[in-house]
Amino acid sequence: MIPSEFEYHKATSIQDAIAKLAENDEAKIIAGGHSLLPMMKLRFAEPPCLIDINGIDELRGIHVEGDTLVIGAMNTENEVLNSALVKEKCALLTEAIKLVADPQVRNRGTIGGDVAHGDPGNDHPAIMLALDAEFVLEGPDGKRTVPANGFFLGTYWTELEDGELLTQIRVPVKQPHVGYGYAKLKRKTGDYAVAGSPVYVKMDGDTVADIRIGLTNVAPCAFRAEAAESLIRGKAISEELLKAAGELIIDACDPAEDLRGSPEYKSHMAAEMAKRAIRQAVEDARN
Amino acid sequence: MAKQHITFKLNGKQIETLVEPRELLVHTLRENLSLTGTHIGCESSHCGVCTVDMNGQSVKSCTVLAVQADNAELKTVEGLAEADGLHEVQKAFIEEHGLQCGFCTTGMMMRAYRFLQENPNPSEEEIRWGMSGNLCRCTGYQNIIKAVQTAAKNLQAAEKSVEHV
Repeated sequence: MIPSEFEYHKATSIQDAIAKLAENDEAKIIAGGHSLLPMMKLRFAEPPCLIDINGIDELRGIHVEGDTLVIGAMNTENEVLNSALVKEKCALLTEAIKLVADPQVRNRGTIGGDVAHGDPGNDHPAIMLALDAEFVLEGPDGKRTVPANGFFLGTYWTELEDGELLTQIRVPVKQPHVGYGYAKLKRKTGDYAVAGSPVYVKMDGDTVADIRIGLTNVAPCAFRAEAAESLIRGKAISEELLKAAGELIIDACDPAEDLRGSPEYKSHMAAEMAKRAIRQAVEDARN
Repeated sequence: MAKQHITFKLNGKQIETLVEPRELLVHTLRENLSLTGTHIGCESSHCGVCTVDMNGQSVKSCTVLAVQADNAELKTVEGLAEADGLHEVQKAFIEEHGLQCGFCTTGMMMRAYRFLQENPNPSEEEIRWGMSGNLCRCTGYQNIIKAVQTAAKNLQAAEKSVEHV
């Protein structure tokens, strides 16, 4: 199984990648290649030109700017997983990445590629929604910073315009009284989630002052369970409240039927994953 | 499509070759360089039989373009044994009967070789997590885990004896 023919260019800097994208019609960026190459082998994608951004050092590195953790788009999953800084400032990423793909795939697959690809089965989009992250996009008209909330528009469809490159992911550093939770159901290592849910809570004593519930692979793209969030906000967590929130999550899901199960099953699992993640997050906020 | 000239170090030897951009690393290894120890299984980065070592990391060579290996340092199963005999990982797979049909074995050994450098003294759970990118369709996992445990023990013993010298 090999891809159809394409031209291959290596970009040496962000500006060089943007220039090459402008010069080559319908060119695709290749990051880790672990979503794109399998699609190209199956001929689901046949870009005439690939621009490889693996050699661009300015897309790597992880640092803190004030209250923001700044992650270069070309950090591999394992680089983010093994970062002591990420674990200290935003452990949700560390815990979630343990469940992403497998060791070899994590050595190649990048956090930026996972976000920008727009596959509903990818894990980072919902995580970014729960974290209220921002993305830095660079293109021929310059640089813009957009919120994760609103970035994911549909399957393989994001706010990223033709000719633009995702260069940075900006995540708020964990604050006092904040907790994270993550639950993901998958049939086996390496498979996409049947359903997954990252959760952010901010507690005020026993009351949930704020909550964001992300959902993976149960709709055309990652989304937040906003009705359930509104129900929970301002209340203390109880099993009755979680049950009611779960019903709202089931209503919000719109998954496709596939080998992983029926829409009904997947929606129920999404609610179950969210409930587990909420309980974890409330517990995490106490520590 | 014009072929591109690439060079890399493979099992300690400098290699120069011409590849089409769409050529996958596993095909370069097997068809161009006749190193057929690296197998092709699922071709979709799930099964791990094509695992090789690239710049000190395990990668699935069915999902890396050969042009992306330009200037890389590669090791395949053909480079695992040393001048004085089989690598401890290879010996442990024999000793623990860590293979049945043998199809997944080269990928398993290449992953175990790198995993035991990442984590020289792993628990059983850590081995299962670290080796989770490799599938054995004979389901011979118990002995594969034992082989990795034995290799870990023997590699550590070898290291200690070097320290004492």
